[in-house]
Amino acid sequence: MSDFFTLTVLVGTLASGIRTAMPYLLAALGETVGQRSGVLNLGVDGVMLLGAFGGYYTVLQTENHWLGVLVGLAIGLGMGLVYALVTIVFHAEQGISGIGIFLFGLGFSDLLFQELVGTPRPIKPLPKVEIPLLADIPHLGPAFFQHNLLTYVAFALVPLTTWMLMKTTFGMNVRAVGENPQAADSLGVSVAQTRMGAILFGNTMAGLAGAGLSLQLAIFQHNLTNGLGFIAVALVYFGAWRPRWVLAGALLYGMVTATRLRWQSLDIIPRGASDVAAMAPAIITILALVLLASRVRGPAALTKPFSRH
Amino acid sequence: MNIHRPHRLRRLFALLFATALVAAACGSDGDSGATATSECGTDTSVAMGDSVTDLTFALVAPSAKDDLAFTQSMVDSLTRLGIEPQITDGTFIVEEAAAAIRGYAEEGVDVVIAHGTQYGGSLAEIAPDFPDTSFIWGTATDTQGLDNVFAYYPEADQGGYVNGWIAAEMTDGAAMGVVGPVEAGDAVAYVNGFIAGATANGAPAPSVVYTGSFSDVALATETAQAHVDNGAQVLTGTSQSTVGAVNVAAANDIPWFGTQSNQEAWSTDLVVASQVYHWDVVLDDMIESIEGGTLGGEAMAITLQNGGLVIEINGCYGLDDSVVDGAEGIIAEIIDGTIDPT
Amino acid sequence: MSRLAGAFVPLGAALLAFVFGAVMILALGENPIDGLLAIIDGAFGSGERIAATAVRATPLLLVGAGITIAFRASVINIGGEGQIIAGALLSTAVALWLPDLPKIVLLPLVILAGLVGGGFWGAIPGALKAYASVNEILSTIMLNIVAVQLMNYLLRGPMIDPIEVEGTRIPQTERLTDNAALPTLIEGTRLHFGVILAIIAAVVVWVILWRTPTGFRLRAVGHNPDAARAAGMNVERNIVKALTMSGALSGLAGVVLVFGSESLRLVTDGGSAGFTGSAGFNGIVAALFGGLHPLWTIPSSFLFGSLLTGATELQRDLQIPNALAIALNGLIVLFVVSSDRARGWIKDRFGAAT
Repeated sequence: MSDFFTLTVLVGTLASGIRTAMPYLLAALGETVGQRSGVLNLGVDGVMLLGAFGGYYTVLQTENHWLGVLVGLAIGLGMGLVYALVTIVFHAEQGISGIGIFLFGLGFSDLLFQELVGTPRPIKPLPKVEIPLLADIPHLGPAFFQHNLLTYVAFALVPLTTWMLMKTTFGMNVRAVGENPQAADSLGVSVAQTRMGAILFGNTMAGLAGAGLSLQLAIFQHNLTNGLGFIAVALVYFGAWRPRWVLAGALLYGMVTATRLRWQSLDIIPRGASDVAAMAPAIITILALVLLASRVRGPAALTKPFSRH
Repeated sequence: MNIHRPHRLRRLFALLFATALVAAACGSDGDSGATATSECGTDTSVAMGDSVTDLTFALVAPSAKDDLAFTQSMVDSLTRLGIEPQITDGTFIVEEAAAAIRGYAEEGVDVVIAHGTQYGGSLAEIAPDFPDTSFIWGTATDTQGLDNVFAYYPEADQGGYVNGWIAAEMTDGAAMGVVGPVEAGDAVAYVNGFIAGATANGAPAPSVVYTGSFSDVALATETAQAHVDNGAQVLTGTSQSTVGAVNVAAANDIPWFGTQSNQEAWSTDLVVASQVYHWDVVLDDMIESIEGGTLGGEAMAITLQNGGLVIEINGCYGLDDSVVDGAEGIIAEIIDGTIDPT
Repeated sequence: MSRLAGAFVPLGAALLAFVFGAVMILALGENPIDGLLAIIDGAFGSGERIAATAVRATPLLLVGAGITIAFRASVINIGGEGQIIAGALLSTAVALWLPDLPKIVLLPLVILAGLVGGGFWGAIPGALKAYASVNEILSTIMLNIVAVQLMNYLLRGPMIDPIEVEGTRIPQTERLTDNAALPTLIEGTRLHFGVILAIIAAVVVWVILWRTPTGFRLRAVGHNPDAARAAGMNVERNIVKALTMSGALSGLAGVVLVFGSESLRLVTDGGSAGFTGSAGFNGIVAALFGGLHPLWTIPSSFLFGSLLTGATELQRDLQIPNALAIALNGLIVLFVVSSDRARGWIKDRFGAAT
């Protein structure tokens, strides 16, 4: 155990936890806004897979990371339009249509990968951006200020999302529409347009999270996310629809994952217990939520389609 | 029906010739055939060999046919034998694989290769229904008593031992990291062999992390990073998720040891050596039996002894000749039984 | 007209999804007609294949029947994968522990163990939701992860086939006793008793939901928890009950997957889908496709089962990756769930002649 409390290992663990948390955070923030407007999207994982492949393939072809990120965003936006059509126009049951999106993304990203790439070929990973001055602080610098740009973006989006939800007209409409669409409608807020905006935001973030994942790992293969998108949806509940607490959930999940791998590498967790170690992030997340036991109620109109009559 | 003898001779001759060329190019002597050093810059993809048989083949495999790992090792082996099978790949769902295996047998394919340990249970039910079809199944150490099933498996600890031994030569007492998937199957054999080889050569026991997943690239990546932060000077690992670990090795200029297929394509400069599965060695014997009328009943191992395991050393890495010679010596001792790699 | 529309709109939606599938097959350079024929041939081409399709549909039906209970009680259970695994583990443990019991005793015991295992795995998120305000989407997703690792641990440790310890260390149990195998219904096919079991389960679920006070309470709680509470119902207990029953049926799917399999053993490839075939998710799709009605879930499971078996043939015949079939399944789900509203529009347009 003493091996763990050396500065290099602690710094490495912190950095690893932050890297791990980045895609969860991006996807969960997007889903938070979507759910605040009353729309559940279980298809986050599928959108992430499509964004991940799109980003990866773009970088493989052009070696331009920012083009890759852009493609990830665009794919997310496109899937958002599809999901908006399905949920807002056609009033489809949200739980099931999300699973439809998930299956489509899982299958289609794999199909494209097999047809266009085949063998997993590494790309150049997203470059690290060292923040001037801060990156040079001993220990804190390497832990917090030597990450790729998308990691900073993800963290910056936490206060920005809060601000958007709480202070902007769009955010107020989102919350109103998620709580009581009838009342919002009678006040002249377009339920459809507001939800459309929230869905587009959520899916675009999922696409970005996917591209962030594949560009950070510098690879794509079948089911690259391994259910990451589902965990991101779970983290929205962990965070009780508030960006700050969603951040806490993503960091908790990422840090526990990073810590268990470090402990395994230092033999603090014996080799035979690898499966128990792999359960840790899931179990600890549940336990943490039980202990925190916030009785925050979700958006009242979550999963309920809206029509005037 | 004994048509393949000449082919075998021709291939043996070609192999000797190729080995001689490689040996000449690298200026090293004493290649045993169990190692091969590639000339830097050569394409590591496998060329279609001369066809050794008129039998028709089908392959059912759990991951993609070009995964640079388990499934590709079989596709490459068939390619070396000049065989183009019908392929159903990516069938990690056992029931789907079973349907595919049965379907090929119904279609009248002569030889159906079930390239997944987990398919064995289904095969036990399917094989008796098609007594005239030969099934080849692995990795498995027994044929479940079925006389139209051949089984194959790698003595993966052998190559692990050699890789571990070479790694210890290079690191001079520094730490090494192993990125393992689920603690089961061939992965354990390879990892244990690696540990045995490294420690036998005086290195401290390598640190081993089993991530709990064969496919989670993110976990493999962070595991490799943990090893690097702990001071690891060499990394190795097994399963299709290790592509993430190779990236970490590349980013930190740390040498990598591969297994299953030649992984030089992932990182030209940093892959020191790969233990490559040449299933063609046992496939060739099986084909001979099948053409002679015996459709199964035997389990065959690929080993350093029979040339089924080949340590492919990357010419681009520039390993010292003395280390290569040392590895040759270790291989010779494993072959003659002086060293037990388990 | 409206009744016709009711039947044809979902079919039209499925057809539209197939058109997309055809475009994809064209893009891959193959003939879509050949693709469609391959799917049909794979799913229904012979008695044996129809049997295989029915067997493939069985876990979907069991999970789906359980899902109708959960969703009717307004509980979103996406923990089917974990509950299948839990049921499979407990029933397999029983078969390993008591292999010498006569079939007439062992088989019911194994089935019971599956129900208990899956039910327990469902009760955890139920209790967490009812008494600790932990959202069930979160807990069921997390418990899926835990179940997979538990399976990996047990199959490479305590439950491993003894010959594998010295052999290739395959994480699997030994071949289980034939005394626990689900009896085959038609010799020469894979059609086994599990299919009957699943149909019985669906009928029982229908009876429970619409013909018993228990079912009434579950639906009342799902419809409006506040009103149910005002009427004196224990909302918490009904939430636990719904997830337990839903989990138990998924656990039964686990029993069918092990004791109806050709290999008659539990084997892991390290993840969940290799064993479950994603039945935990596909079952949700089948249930909602069947309008959350347990009896309609029977044909809808069979439909999705036929797509899954047909896709295998598609890959074998035309060398089209089965990823296409997964994508196609997703599209069908999207088109069909979207068609409900369209059906409403058609009704509106053609008058109220219901």
